[in-house]
Amino acid sequence: MYDEAEILLDDLPKDYMEVNFGPHHPSTHGVFRFIAKIDGERIIDIDPVIGYLHRGIEKIAENRTYVQFKPLVDRLDYTGGLNNELCYCLAVEKLMDIEAPPRAQAIRVICAELNRIAAHLIFFGAMGLETGAFTPLLFGFLDRETILNIFEIMAGGRLTFNYITIGGVREDIRSTVKTYFDKFNKEFPVKLKRYEELITGNEIFIKRLKNVGILKKEDLFNWGASGPTLRGSGVKFDIRKVEPYSGYEKYDFDIPVGTNGDVYDRYLVRMEEIKQSMRIVAQALDNLPSGDFTVKVPRIIKPPEGEVYVRNEGTKGEIGFYIVSKGDKNPYRLKIRTPSFSHINMLNFAASGNYIADAIVILGSFDTVMGSCDR
Amino acid sequence: MVWWSILLWALLKLVIAFLFIFITALILIWMLRKIMGHMQYRRGPRHHGPHGIWQTVFDTIKLLGKEDIIPSGVDRWTFIWAPMIIFVPSLMAFVFLPFAEKIVATNIEISLFFVLAIMGLSIIALLMAGWGSNNKYALLGGVRSAAQMMSYEIPMLISAMGVVMMSGSMNLSEIVRAQQHIWYIVPQLVGFFIFGCASLAEINSTPFDIPEAESEIVSGFNVEYSGFRFAAFFLAEFVNLFIVCALAALLFLGGWLPFTNPVYGTIFFLVKTYVLIFIVMWIKSTFPRFRIDQFMNFGWKVLLPLSLANLFVTGVIVLMVDKFRGV
Repeated sequence: MYDEAEILLDDLPKDYMEVNFGPHHPSTHGVFRFIAKIDGERIIDIDPVIGYLHRGIEKIAENRTYVQFKPLVDRLDYTGGLNNELCYCLAVEKLMDIEAPPRAQAIRVICAELNRIAAHLIFFGAMGLETGAFTPLLFGFLDRETILNIFEIMAGGRLTFNYITIGGVREDIRSTVKTYFDKFNKEFPVKLKRYEELITGNEIFIKRLKNVGILKKEDLFNWGASGPTLRGSGVKFDIRKVEPYSGYEKYDFDIPVGTNGDVYDRYLVRMEEIKQSMRIVAQALDNLPSGDFTVKVPRIIKPPEGEVYVRNEGTKGEIGFYIVSKGDKNPYRLKIRTPSFSHINMLNFAASGNYIADAIVILGSFDTVMGSCDR
Repeated sequence: MVWWSILLWALLKLVIAFLFIFITALILIWMLRKIMGHMQYRRGPRHHGPHGIWQTVFDTIKLLGKEDIIPSGVDRWTFIWAPMIIFVPSLMAFVFLPFAEKIVATNIEISLFFVLAIMGLSIIALLMAGWGSNNKYALLGGVRSAAQMMSYEIPMLISAMGVVMMSGSMNLSEIVRAQQHIWYIVPQLVGFFIFGCASLAEINSTPFDIPEAESEIVSGFNVEYSGFRFAAFFLAEFVNLFIVCALAALLFLGGWLPFTNPVYGTIFFLVKTYVLIFIVMWIKSTFPRFRIDQFMNFGWKVLLPLSLANLFVTGVIVLMVDKFRGV
């Protein structure tokens, strides 16, 4: 035993220090841990350690019916629960070969986009915190609060909703949602402009983010990156446009892309996406189709034998559900593809060689959520 | 005077100074929480007393009453002494600050020099805390603060020298009296800017709070401290904030001027100091933090040359004015 340890020690270069970050660290976004080898202020190597929030959700799915499993889906990426639900329900619907009515589809789009705004507001706050400014965090959470209040009227929940059901949504949208949203829509752009004046144009903030953690397109493809992280490097890839689901083709919105691929671009892409999502929600609420909010589905859902992979644009990137059905009331196998997992793997590649402070900022720019990474 | 009366007198001064800085630190913490709160659409402390003014008092009492934890594996003596030593420079610097005409605990000829020299000593406590904690974050924080103070002490001193050149004295009271006609912020605007930046770095305030960067090294040198030892670090930070703001008010904003009456003078001096403190807190609640290399660049490549140029220009002008007047 002793000899082994000695050999290991001899192999390592002598002049570095190993520092453990996390799992309880203010800026590792939940219970992420990484072991960094640092040489002075520079990071030589990062070894991510994940699994502190592993709940075995994929295995649980095999022992639960399709409806019973749905509440757990919220808990994957808990900042964007409705996006997860939407993806799961689309997958089961595709398996069962049914489609939600137009009204339900529009409501789903409203949910998903509002949730995207809420998630990006957290990102905005966290990014400020990571560069050392505390105020953006509270500003971000303040506006998120308004959105959560809208969710409360709509779905009854604030973080985990269980609102989107297989075949539609749980209940019809209430008329007050529109009033609340219109008020929000009037106030929010003004506030957003003020926040951007506070932080986006700040000389120090730009200095901290510009030309930090530059990622090239090819590398991102290799690492399986998606979502705003991918778009920050100039790839115009958004599943809402490429494979429109839930009626996204009906709405008019742009896909912001970055040019440089650095942290600042990823930040700007997300800030722009907030505005685009606001546009989508406004359009959806204005042209809400009449009709049913759900189709009739059998009480016990038994999809026919087969397998299906459905993906959608989550708040952090591509969420995918791969479901294998053997005609039972439980899925035979369920695999979840989450963006956070891919992005965290990329951390060493993106951050080693940089300063410690940069590594934190780069990790923040991926906007990972450990619930969705560990599952 | 007999020896014991001198000793008693010195002790009394020390007690008064200690009480004053203790109360000031409590007020400043409350003020920061209130200001930050209101800037973030919050209200800050509300419950104890009007607008929560007793909150920090109770916080301190709570901290003093906590269990004294000394983690195993720390360098015991450095760990225990660091929080006490950090108070020494603050306390000593305080004794030399004149509040108004003749209101000064100890008046020596080189009080400015002495205050600046003493304040540089607080780095020892931070290094001790960083080294003694046996924690990598703390070590990083300690080393960072050493580098920071080293590189910002110099521009701070040089920018203060501009004022000394103009007033022709190193005594703080004399410097204030020399500003009778014009506050030095007008001719020494560059110096004020340099002094401000360097002081922010000196007291580890945003945007130079790299030694305690919460998002990177959690809170740097004081990460292992708790209870009253942590309270000592916390209070010392705010005392230093007061001292640098008071220094800036004395050097550049004319101290107690235009009042020579001790009461009005003191009030006016405190008002100026608190305005500066408010500005620091404003910066604290809105600015992000520099990265260490950018920060070093700023210190050595911007502030140092700028302060030297300022010193040179000031010297030339002072010489020319003297020649012109025929001195």
